[in-house]
Formats: sequence, structure tokens, C-alpha cells
Amino acid sequence: MDLISFGDNGWGDELFIATLMTIAVAITAMLIGFLFALIFTPLKLSKNKFLNLIANSYTTVVRGVPELLVIYLFFFGGSSAIMYVAQIFGYYDYIEINAFITGATSIGIISGAYSTEVFRGAIQSIDKGQFEACHVLGLKKYIYFFKVIMPQMLRLAIPNLSNVWQITLKDTSLISVTGLVEIMRQSYIAAGSTRDPLFFYSFAALLYLMLTYLSMKLINRLEKNYSRGY
Amino acid sequence: MDLELIITSFPKLLGATLITLKLLSASLFFGLILGLFFAILRLNKNKLVSGFAYGYSYLFRGTPLLVQIFIIYFGLGQIEYLRSTFLWVILKEPYWCAIIAFSLNTGAYTSEILRSAFQTIKPGVIEAGRSLGLNKVFIFTKIQIPIAIKQSLPAYGNEIILMLKGTSLASTVTLMDITGVAKFIISTTFRPVEVFIIAGSIYLFITFLVHNLIKYLEKKYRYQ
Repeated sequence: MDLISFGDNGWGDELFIATLMTIAVAITAMLIGFLFALIFTPLKLSKNKFLNLIANSYTTVVRGVPELLVIYLFFFGGSSAIMYVAQIFGYYDYIEINAFITGATSIGIISGAYSTEVFRGAIQSIDKGQFEACHVLGLKKYIYFFKVIMPQMLRLAIPNLSNVWQITLKDTSLISVTGLVEIMRQSYIAAGSTRDPLFFYSFAALLYLMLTYLSMKLINRLEKNYSRGY
Repeated sequence: MDLELIITSFPKLLGATLITLKLLSASLFFGLILGLFFAILRLNKNKLVSGFAYGYSYLFRGTPLLVQIFIIYFGLGQIEYLRSTFLWVILKEPYWCAIIAFSLNTGAYTSEILRSAFQTIKPGVIEAGRSLGLNKVFIFTKIQIPIAIKQSLPAYGNEIILMLKGTSLASTVTLMDITGVAKFIISTTFRPVEVFIIAGSIYLFITFLVHNLIKYLEKKYRYQ
């Protein structure tokens, strides 16, 4: 038990901060994913074949390639890509992006591909009459989207989005390869210096279980809120 | 774009594909057995038995695969007792540790897929078998399993693809699968984009094959 005590002798405080880091990365990645979904879902639903192709290749490639490979691409390629762009604007210094941004972006792009599929499915399963009714009533475009389509879409999307959240949360463990100190990385450090990997990795598993359990509880409450009236 | 690098690293990555495919097929095979076993336990009326199966699937679906591999590869070696048994022959090899972790992980997901497939079988079908005087084993193997296979094919296809992506984690325990070789080439040449394109296309190609195989099987098992 000494191993996870708080303070100088134990790893409790380090692991606590690492858990907060995991939560922060997961939430940032999820939000970045929503941003991508917001861009690609309309492309996917559009009637233009070319725009369809762009959105479909995004979701197919990202969902078909291992997460670790995507993370390596961003980890090794991220700063050189940004430096390349910066050089065009006449900035020649070395730029290093921090591990948090690299990690959250790469996980966010993966999570975005899954979210896009969820939103597409949810919008497609809304009754056609709803769209027609908005059209007939002459509603303004943003009212039509935010007040009519969005609430119905969210009700259908939340159960699947909760799956996406679980995937995103578990994917954050892969960022440890870039050196960002989240649960996995901290356990790796602790296991290395105490020579007690069994304990620390099991403890990490417990932390992840706790996170998935708590988020399930929260999402179930959200789901109830959005399905009132049904 | 460095075309030469693409040409030279393609055969290396293709060689690594063999390890990825070996890992994938071994873990799918053991995972399917585990999945079927735990799905049957899950449907047991005894609360303790079904609770055990639920605990297994909850544990392995609620934690990242990376943690599972690390516990098995780094963690189990710490137990002195294990080192003296014959199990150590298996557990000291990263290859077998990866297969054990993948099998347990995919077994948990497969048990959920199979359980829901068994639960959607209409009770009338089983009752029909019983009223024809067929025994329990016969009903299970000749009626329930074929229907369950058909029901679970789309979900199982997704699971195969998820597992294919999961095998990339074998590279974290020193195995040189596609991702392991890709990382090695990237870190020696600092050309991530080219390597990503080749390695990614190999993975996408396997995904494409799996997708079409499942589609073909779905057609084959459709009701006439």
C-alpha cells in the first residue's frame, strides 16, 4: 500500500495527476473529433460525389489503420510539417509541438472518424417528414438545424457516442509512446523504478476501469435527459 | 516524397505482414473458443456463473489493450512461482504474451457478440426442436449455433478489423510486426509520411479482404 501513498515515498499523487491528464487528453480529443465530425458529416451527406469521396476516404482510412500508426505519423511528422509551413512564411527556427497537442490531435482525428459515422447514421434515421415540414414552414436554416434536427439527432446519437467515448478514452493509453505522462506512462515510470510492474499495471487497469465506469454512469443520465418525451 | 524509400521499405513491411497475420489468426482462433465458452457461461441460469462471465467481459472491455499486454508481459514475469513452472516457457516469449493478451481481449468482445446472437434466437425455434424430441446437444450444435453464426457475422467482421488494428500493439513488446517495422524505419530515416502510406495501405488491403470475406459469408448464410 506504501507504493500508492501520496507524498515523496509513494506514487499516489503522481498517478492522480496522470489520471487527470488522461481525462484532459480524452476530452480534448473528443472535442477535436466533434470538430472533424462537424466538417465531414455534411460532406458525407452531400449530393456531390467528389465531397462524398473525400469524407469516405477520411473515415475508411482512419478506421482501417491502427491507431498507433496514426500516432507515430503525427509524433514524427507533426513538427516537421508545421516547420515546413512556417518556412513558407519565412520562419526558420526549430518548432517543437508539445506531446499533449500531438496526442490529442491524433486521437481526435481517430475519434472524429467514428463520430462522423455516428452523426451520419443518426441524421439519416430521422424521419424525412421532419425535413419537409421545416421546409414547408419556411424556417430559417439555423433554427431548422439547431431546434428541429439537432435535438432528435442527439437522442439517437448519444448511445453510439458513448461507445466512441469509450474507444477514445482507451486510445489515450497509446499516447504514452510519445512520452506524455498519462496513466500508462506514469505506471511505466513507476514500474521501472520500483521493479513492481505487476502492481502498477494492475493499478492502471483499475484506474481505467473506474474511468469507464464513471463515464458510463454520467452518459446514462445524459441519455435519459435527451429521451424524455419518448 | 522519397520514392526510393517507398520502394526499399515495401518488401520489409511486406515481410512483417506475415507476423501480423500470424498474430491475428492465432488470437482470433483462441478468442473464438474463449468467446463461445464465456457466452455459454453468460447464458447460464446460475447467477454466480453468469456473473463470472460478465466480470470477465467487463474487465477486458473496460481497460485498454495496452495495459493488458503490459500486465501479461512485464507483470506476470515478476511472480517467482510462475518462473519455476512450465508456463514460463510460454510467458517469457513476447510472441506468446501478445497472443494471450489479444485472445483474452477479443474473447471478451466475441462473448458479447455471441451472447446477443444467442439471445435473439426466437424461443419458438428451440421449442420446435424440443417437441421433435431432439436432445439438448443436438439442438445446440445444429440449431442454435448456425443461427447464431448468421446473426453475429456483421458484428464479428468489425471485431476482426478491430483485432487487426490491435495487433499493432505487439510492437510495444518488441515484436516486429507491420507497425514495429514501420516505427523502426521512421525512426531511422525520419520520413513518417512515406512509411505511413505503405504500412497504412497494407493494413487497408487486409481490412478490404476481411470486409469482402464477411460479405460473402453473409450472403452464403442468408435464409433461403
